[in-house]
Amino acid sequence: MTKLPGPEAPKAPPAGAPPLPPANRSRTAHGLTRAAAEGRFALQRCPACARFTYPPRDACPKCLCPALEFVDAPEGGLLVSSTTIHASVDPYFREHLPWRQGLVTADCGPPIIVHLHRDCVEGERVRLSLQLDKAGQPVVFARPATETPNMQDDPAWQEMTADPRSRRILITNGRHPAAPALARALLQAGAASVDVGLSDPDEAFDGGALLRATDNVTPVALDLTDARSVAALAAAIGAEVDILINTADHVRPVHLFERDAPRCLMETMDATVAATAHLAQAFGPAMMARGAAGPNSAVAWVNILSAYALGGHPEFGPVSVAHAACLSLSHWLRAELRPGGIRVLNAFTGPVEGEWYQRVPPPKTSPSQLSRAVVDGLRRGLEDIYIGDIARDIQARLAANPKALERENGQ
Amino acid sequence: MTRQPVRKSYDGIVAAVPVSVPYERYSIESAHWWIARALKGLCEGAGIDHRDIDGFAMASFTTAPDSAVGLTQHLGLSPRWLDHVPMGGVAGVVSLRRAARAVQAGDADIVACVAGDTNQVDTFRKTVAHFSRFAQDASYPYGAGGANASFALIARYYMNRFGARREDFGKLCVAQRANALKNPHALMKTPLTLDDYMRARPIAEPLHLFDCVMPCAGAEAFLIMREETASALGLPFARILSTIERHHAFAEDEVQYRGGWARDVGELYAMAGITPSEIDVVQTYDDYPVISMMQFEDLGFCAKGEAPDFVRSHSFEIDGSFPHNTSGGQLSAGQAGAAGGHLGIVECLRQVTGRAGPTQVEQARIGLASGFGMINYDRGLSSGAVILWGETQ
Repeated sequence: MTKLPGPEAPKAPPAGAPPLPPANRSRTAHGLTRAAAEGRFALQRCPACARFTYPPRDACPKCLCPALEFVDAPEGGLLVSSTTIHASVDPYFREHLPWRQGLVTADCGPPIIVHLHRDCVEGERVRLSLQLDKAGQPVVFARPATETPNMQDDPAWQEMTADPRSRRILITNGRHPAAPALARALLQAGAASVDVGLSDPDEAFDGGALLRATDNVTPVALDLTDARSVAALAAAIGAEVDILINTADHVRPVHLFERDAPRCLMETMDATVAATAHLAQAFGPAMMARGAAGPNSAVAWVNILSAYALGGHPEFGPVSVAHAACLSLSHWLRAELRPGGIRVLNAFTGPVEGEWYQRVPPPKTSPSQLSRAVVDGLRRGLEDIYIGDIARDIQARLAANPKALERENGQ
Repeated sequence: MTRQPVRKSYDGIVAAVPVSVPYERYSIESAHWWIARALKGLCEGAGIDHRDIDGFAMASFTTAPDSAVGLTQHLGLSPRWLDHVPMGGVAGVVSLRRAARAVQAGDADIVACVAGDTNQVDTFRKTVAHFSRFAQDASYPYGAGGANASFALIARYYMNRFGARREDFGKLCVAQRANALKNPHALMKTPLTLDDYMRARPIAEPLHLFDCVMPCAGAEAFLIMREETASALGLPFARILSTIERHHAFAEDEVQYRGGWARDVGELYAMAGITPSEIDVVQTYDDYPVISMMQFEDLGFCAKGEAPDFVRSHSFEIDGSFPHNTSGGQLSAGQAGAAGGHLGIVECLRQVTGRAGPTQVEQARIGLASGFGMINYDRGLSSGAVILWGETQ
């Protein structure tokens, strides 16, 4: 049996890991997790009597129907009572006191205990959303129904989100066609600086000039296929990266029976799966250590994934395989980063405009569309976003019938 | 809602032998140990062997992994009637009602109703974190404020809707502290002024320190038996005039402003054949003063929304115009877990049998004790009440 190199990963959170909010949930409650991950507000509704219920139940309290479904629900509600908690039995909340809690009567009926934005006022209307807290678990958050000044600055809201404002950001692969647009969108959203990894920072390429011409963007030497290169960059800036945006990718259309296919597949795996693993090893621990460092903490890891990770496309076999592996790796990474309070956001995109997918007919995802969606996902603290018509189409078809998706992609 | 037929009375069934095991703030002992001490107190008080107890109703949050069944072997009981009543603050009333019917039906002769909990250093957090599935999913992760946060939401709403002020809550707390100072077993030993109350640190606004009970270890217990059994044993006793129990009433209320008592109060007095004005002493379930005020309304001492005025126009000390929570209640005697629901019944039993000693209300013969409990999510689900009548003996 081959002995794997390196020490075994510790099972317990690292010493000094920040306390996280209470993470126990019933299985039924993860219907909320699913909606929160995508930024939807969904509650259970009875298919028989159409009544909304909350908290998550296993039968309808009105008609005992045992088949409650999570469906999108109206986001409005009325704040009927509130409190400010100054004493908590939980270590996470003890570090974040005082903490506001509200009781909201949702427009669709049920009473909902919520995390309460500081600008919410008793007797006034609120807007409800499902968020993932620092433990990655679903919670209901209430904000004022209408915009208030500096709404994003609420400390409780910041615990639920990963706003790029004032953050130092690393985009791992500057050759990704969306990299220049991502850098600009993040800076427009208030990011302090953006480092962009390039295997050869001096080499000319489409978008290179654009990157170099943008203020607060710094090209940094980073060969994602070389663990030493990744480690060297982490040693230099790893302690300051607040958000890592992993754009590792490698697109070479090939058919499986072509002589070159196995090599092409392994190259793609190297450039994506192995690259992500190198990045995780080099940057993950340092980010976890800064997961609770206040306003300038490390907050998020973003993977830009091909929607073909969800349903393979024969024309893009290596990308489909590699990104499916990256998707699985992202779940591993998410579980490993969770004790540090670092979010993992997977941004699934259809083919992106640019040289990689030139032969693919529209609709394609534009770099600016992708960039806006990533910034929005970070601001809202999402976990899974689907960008562009093709990605959303694949998501919907996968949910409806995975076999239909497989057959249709193969035709 | 009309109810028919009329419930059978508890004629011939009595409560006797009030036992309180003095509370401790923290204990290294188990719930089993506290329950054993309460049982021993019952046996000594009744002059019986614990193997004579053939019915056992147990309430506790901290006997896990044991249920009441495990306690029988642990404590050497061999009952022919057994009940585990995991209902927190209403467990006392529920235990009493079930035990009374069991004795009435001949299923048991002497039922020990015992509540006991320990309070080890991490007990309270564990109880709060694992209280219910709804709490786990939908209230505990929102600040982990426990019952304090839940009652803060209820108190804020009550204040907004009915004009209650902190001073009103404070008046009840101050009176209970005065009562507690006469109870040698109360955990709180120092006087409390309204000024102290008002200046206390916030816990979950609008609740401040003295609105909240102190979790502790302790046990409370009493016996249910036939009147002839009590007489044969030479025990002072109280008759059970009536009881009510309700769970998950008024689900339609957006925030809890009334408990299940409001639904059953007519039956409570009809069965007893008395009016609220004939009650000599009242023990409400007082984990927070706002819930005592709700009980004044829901148990018929004033109309809904009038408790603030009721509080302003009465005094609540042992010698006051409305003697209330004469042992100091949970707010000043301590909350020994599930025993908080038995505390009022035990004190009521002492009062109406004229054996309350330093906290005795003069001429108290008819007493009311109520229970409330189980903040499953956003409101207390369970309510109950009992009216006891002690004859001059």
